[in-house]
Amino acid sequence: MNTFDFLMQGIAVATMPMNLLYALIGVTLGTAVGVLPGIGPALTVALLLPVTYRLDPAGSLIMFAGIYYGGMYGGSTTSILLNTPGESASIVTALEGNKMARAGRGGPALATAAIGSFVAGLLATLALAFVAPWVVSFALAFGPREYFALMVLAFVTVSATFGDSTLRGLTSLFLGLALGIFGIDQQTGQARMTFGVPDLLDGIEVTTLAVAMFAIGETLYVAAQGSRVAEKVEAVRGSIWMTATDWARSWKAWLRGTLIGFPIGAMPAGGADVASFLSYAAEKRASKHKHEFGKGAIEGVAGPEAANNASAAGTLVPLLTLGLPTTATAAIMLAGFQQYGLQPGPLLFTSNPQLVWGLIASLLIANFMLLILNLPLIGLWVRLLTIPKPWLYGGILLFATLGTIGANPSLVELGMLLVFGLLGYGLRVFGFPIAPVVVGLILGPMAEQHLRRALAISQGDPIVLLTSPISATLLGLAAVALILPMVLRAMGRGKALSQLASDSD
Amino acid sequence: MTEGNHPTTGKRRPDRAALIIAAGLLLLAVVIAVDMQRLSNVASYARIGPQTVPLIIAMCLAGLAIWTAIEAWRGEFPEREPQEARPVLWIVGGLLAQIALLRFTGFSIATGVLFGFVAYGLGRKVLWIGIPVGIILALAVWILFAMGLSLTLPAGPLESAIQSLLRGQPA
Repeated sequence: MNTFDFLMQGIAVATMPMNLLYALIGVTLGTAVGVLPGIGPALTVALLLPVTYRLDPAGSLIMFAGIYYGGMYGGSTTSILLNTPGESASIVTALEGNKMARAGRGGPALATAAIGSFVAGLLATLALAFVAPWVVSFALAFGPREYFALMVLAFVTVSATFGDSTLRGLTSLFLGLALGIFGIDQQTGQARMTFGVPDLLDGIEVTTLAVAMFAIGETLYVAAQGSRVAEKVEAVRGSIWMTATDWARSWKAWLRGTLIGFPIGAMPAGGADVASFLSYAAEKRASKHKHEFGKGAIEGVAGPEAANNASAAGTLVPLLTLGLPTTATAAIMLAGFQQYGLQPGPLLFTSNPQLVWGLIASLLIANFMLLILNLPLIGLWVRLLTIPKPWLYGGILLFATLGTIGANPSLVELGMLLVFGLLGYGLRVFGFPIAPVVVGLILGPMAEQHLRRALAISQGDPIVLLTSPISATLLGLAAVALILPMVLRAMGRGKALSQLASDSD
Repeated sequence: MTEGNHPTTGKRRPDRAALIIAAGLLLLAVVIAVDMQRLSNVASYARIGPQTVPLIIAMCLAGLAIWTAIEAWRGEFPEREPQEARPVLWIVGGLLAQIALLRFTGFSIATGVLFGFVAYGLGRKVLWIGIPVGIILALAVWILFAMGLSLTLPAGPLESAIQSLLRGQPA
């Protein structure tokens, strides 16, 4: 069967009435939670994970796909109307979008973001469907050392390449790696770092860490700022429809954004934030209305929003084909897979094709649902933005603890939630990025297994990592991605890199 | 945990809070290294056992601790926003109260207390309004998740009352 047949089969799975309902619930919940200020897609996915606990794997992943795309859409609404982006990938959207909203053009800004996200989501999901089998055929030849090298590359790009400090990125990464040691060693069955506490034998849950760091850490951080930051929700005045000029200025930006976003997401080269910054720069250069940039240029919303969504679909390429998460959101999705004992990777495509293709097809369907759901319901989403801060964060903590209490209400687990929440707060105060901790926790033990398998084959000789051309190339790339930014920063040219900082997703 | 009170250090001089971070990283490295000494080395044939990778991580953490200390000494850490301790303490207190109450009062009351504390910490004027609002909200969530999605959430008096109310009614 070729990709097209598989995709058709997937669509058959995804359009079963129950699965359509799951997708609808997913996109609605995802948008509703994603709209709330301060909540990005990573937290949306982590908070809503308990909702899917009792479903079968296919239904759960389909709902998950809806939550993921819905969370992305919701984030753009927040940044346009509130100017406090819930996720770093939406910062650029806030730049132009909030200016448009202030000028009474909030409607067209929301519309170009929604339609741009739809176009990008559609094209990028199709690209995912066609690229994934190709990567899988390539990845089937990968052995432990290639996987290890790939993970090292992902570690470096997630932690050290972007952001304003190699030191703090690496520190976050190694904190995550250290947390990954906790629990029973998968090869010898020996307990590591458990200090006699039975609850620690299973290791530290990725969802516990992610919810603690993103929800509790963020709440503590916002609370500690006091009432210094005043927020104003911009009302959507006038027509929400785009004019002919808006369309003419938007469509090229959507396509350019998709072209920039998808490859960046698909390669382990940083998350959606990088893509949206690059797209913004590209639009500024290509626009005939340069003077409007900074004052509410519609291309500056259309391009980055498209790039943002295209890169979100792109991150699913390494996640599904290699089991390699390159963003915090992807790391939590991987945890979602693992709760059903599913390990994404090339084998999942052969052992469970209905599931994988059902998931890809439901992404397409979620995308259509969001377009239909979002434009008419925009008034409802706007009302969610006006929830007063004390109630909002009280509710966030309610749902943050709900997941842990539902999964495992032990004292140790809830204590970890609190401790990691405080850690997340401390990391924010001192400017450490959060995503590398989450990615390090989930990817660290996997990288260790691959390294040990590779070294067991070579009887402990580390040179084996460099004798495979693929793994040598990947490790070389990782070294460049680590050293080059340090050199650039030392030369005082790191400004562009710190602008691309991944601070939340 | 290294947060707490850290005055703004505008001048370029040794940054005490950052030095504490460095010490924390070093401590973590030492704890890992000590814990790994317990493990028996079964995989000597491959010269790589369960302790190898943790020891490499511990070494890297120690290296990062030194690097952090150097940056802290030179005052190269970015300036920090002044932090207010009061709201943080209310939220932490709310979480502790929830953990303590959960087993005795059930999900809704414990979570309602958390909700009230958080809302108060974030600027609600009256503490006592937040708690009942939170309890009602948590109860609604409990009905949705525990009864609707059969998630196991600890039940207390309120939850049992709701359960018997819903089950007791003729269908």
